[in-house]
Amino acid sequence: MAGATIGQRRPTIGEALRLARREAATYRGVWSWIATVDHKRIGMMYGVTAFAFFLMGGIEALVIRLQLATPNGGIVDPDQYNRLFTMHGTTMVFLVIMPLSAAFFNLLIPLMIGARDVAFPRLNAFSYWTFLAGGLFMSASFLTGNPGGTIFEGKLGAPDGGWFGYVPLTVISPGSGIDYWALGLLILGVSSMAGAFNFAVTIINMRAPGMTFFHMPLFVWMTLATSFLIIFAMPVITVALFQLLFDRLFDANFFNVAAGGTPLLWQHMFWLFGHPEVYILILPAMGIVSEILPTFSRKPLFGYPFVVFSGVAIAFMSWGVWAHHMYTTGLGAVANSAFGISTLLIAVPTGIKIFNWLGTLWGGSISLRTPLLFAAGFIAMFTIGGLTGVMHSIVPSDYQQQDTYFVVAPFHQVLVGVALFALFGGMYYWFPKFTGRLLNERLGQLHFWSMFIGFNVTFQPMMVLGLMGMPRRVATYPEGLGFGLWNMMATVGAFLIAASILAFIYNVIVSLRSKEWAEADPWDGRTLEWSIPSPPPPYNFAQIPQVHALDDFWHRKYVENERGEPVPVVAGGAQTAEEDEEAPGEHHDIHLPSPSYFPLIASLGPPVIAFGFIYDFALVAVGAVVLLFGLYGWALEPAAE
Amino acid sequence: MQRASTLGAHPQTSTGLDNRKLLMWLFLASECLFFGGLIGAYLLYRSKVAVPCENGDLATCVFPVDRTVNGVAYQGILDIPFTSVSSFVLLMSSLAMVLALAAIQRNDRWGAQIWLLCTAFLGMTFLAGQAFEFTEFYREGLTLNTNLFGTTFFVLTGFHGAHVSVGVLILLSLFVMARRGRLTQRNALNVELAGLYWHFVDVVWIVIFTLVYLIGT
Repeated sequence: MAGATIGQRRPTIGEALRLARREAATYRGVWSWIATVDHKRIGMMYGVTAFAFFLMGGIEALVIRLQLATPNGGIVDPDQYNRLFTMHGTTMVFLVIMPLSAAFFNLLIPLMIGARDVAFPRLNAFSYWTFLAGGLFMSASFLTGNPGGTIFEGKLGAPDGGWFGYVPLTVISPGSGIDYWALGLLILGVSSMAGAFNFAVTIINMRAPGMTFFHMPLFVWMTLATSFLIIFAMPVITVALFQLLFDRLFDANFFNVAAGGTPLLWQHMFWLFGHPEVYILILPAMGIVSEILPTFSRKPLFGYPFVVFSGVAIAFMSWGVWAHHMYTTGLGAVANSAFGISTLLIAVPTGIKIFNWLGTLWGGSISLRTPLLFAAGFIAMFTIGGLTGVMHSIVPSDYQQQDTYFVVAPFHQVLVGVALFALFGGMYYWFPKFTGRLLNERLGQLHFWSMFIGFNVTFQPMMVLGLMGMPRRVATYPEGLGFGLWNMMATVGAFLIAASILAFIYNVIVSLRSKEWAEADPWDGRTLEWSIPSPPPPYNFAQIPQVHALDDFWHRKYVENERGEPVPVVAGGAQTAEEDEEAPGEHHDIHLPSPSYFPLIASLGPPVIAFGFIYDFALVAVGAVVLLFGLYGWALEPAAE
Repeated sequence: MQRASTLGAHPQTSTGLDNRKLLMWLFLASECLFFGGLIGAYLLYRSKVAVPCENGDLATCVFPVDRTVNGVAYQGILDIPFTSVSSFVLLMSSLAMVLALAAIQRNDRWGAQIWLLCTAFLGMTFLAGQAFEFTEFYREGLTLNTNLFGTTFFVLTGFHGAHVSVGVLILLSLFVMARRGRLTQRNALNVELAGLYWHFVDVVWIVIFTLVYLIGT
């Protein structure tokens, strides 16, 4: 898919192409992907891998829904049910939404800021391989995590402590499922941290000339905010996971009540990470939608600085709301009130954003294509999700809702209805940029409407169930409580979502086989990624662009008439990418990073170390040697040609 | 040090700050929260939580400052004079680190080798002191699972020790690079980055020494 393999495009400047060819010739086929340090390829690998985990987590969800469809369901037993919902939650949060966002960071950030690659391309590759290793490691728990035997003896082995792993349950949980969970999250933490450092440095340091902070597209801003959240939130969960592991593996006392320890420590640490984590999942989605809306309403983003600052404000405020997950633990009235107020306050910048998105659509010449449908669905679902979130901030009301489906429903409202909708919208929007093919519009509309209806049929009944008092995380419920109808609805909706996902997969396959190539700028876009060919060449920009304004590419294409309407620049004025490439003058060397397989080797170390902690300490040493070999090879190989 | 920046040929960055240096600062910022979490757990358990008091009850009181209570080791076991000496050694290693950087920056490769080795040696002396301290405590009956003091103390200082060990590994790698002539004025940044990390680990120790040893007893 890299530019070097595109046949039909005419050659660009010699120097760049020679380098690109040399890069492509170093490794071929699968090896060219294994050793790649190209942010676009890494982004695609992130996307495909996360989507595979999405299917896994989705199948777990379908089994859960089948179990709950009718009273006294008997598809799985309570033990298997616990393992399924734990893995469903963990998978969807850490192996799907976070890496899908990372896929977009990888694909888009260098293109949007006018850079040739990220600041640390090999660190980027390491980040991806570590994510894959951590995901596979955690999934390996299915095989052998059960104390009663392996999966081959019919014993499902996944962790069973819920995705937020409350102690002391997770300390005493038998088998190695929780060890897999904690060690897996540590490995995934390394991956997210490496990615976050990389994107923070890239955005701060690698911007094209003229790309000031306030000329940056909103997605870039939200990536920066997310990166800082990851940088500061991940170490907190890292400490908590180490404490849990020390208690489990070495009989330490962190959460041992008999020795004076308190389980509340875990809850504080987990949610001090966990609430910023919610915004780690949501801010990239907000960024994606803030890119889609202006393009499809042919208007600049309404109130750009307000959207930027409210995003940054959300990132800051997310550090002061964690205890709203813990109202019922007895923190006392003062603490509960304080966290209630801070939680109400965080709705303010969120509301500002919603009005700015609506303002962007208002009066625009709207083209109702699939990306915009997903973005509009995002706004609608976000309004419901946001408002039900505010309901949770009110302490007495939250006391009633604690541990009911009225927590499950708004949470999914935000993660599926908001984050996943935006991510799908982003896939439709940027698919032509990276594959050279547009996704089929009719299948896209089918996907959107079936997913939108399926989503609401699944999760709005859960709101009702929660208010009726159905507790979460119970494997079944008796007849006669009035839960049956709503649960059946939710199950039907879940399968409708599954069908919509199949439509999406079919769409991707059909569209990739299509002979029709997408133009460089199929949507009449506003940001720099649309100024280069689709798919972009390995070096992205033949010439590093000079940026003059927000939505720079739009201003190259259009000027405003006296009524403020966009008028295309007369022919010759608009510089498209191809013309840029032909422009004479300074084509200095294009330094592309050399491919390297050391990041992959280094990423094999951590899972081996983690297996060592579960099975045999000798493996810890083996893993450490592998890791050190990878890191030293990486450090000592010449970085660029 | 990892030469991760592959766009090294890219002379200018948007801020003028080197990519790798910015990465190191962000990493250290993140490390603040890592040690913050560990220190927080220690302080929480030191000041708030029920531990067996002298009469054997589980009552809310701070870690006993005595050497032992009912035959179980506590805070009083900490040997302040001994640890003061090893803390001094670690502080002096920071001085050696500064001298190593100054040497390589004026292209004094011989001086850089000496001071890098000296820094690593002082770091290893500190680690040896910690190893001695840990074994001593173990012999007196304080382990990871004896009580909350043992748990929080060993995990906090152990993770700090792990950081020092990584630092020593980096310093020795730089020393080998310097021996082979691969470390010059031009890539003095390698030493500077190692120095940033080393000083950070040193500062963390000052906090731990103050909170755990000096105020704790």
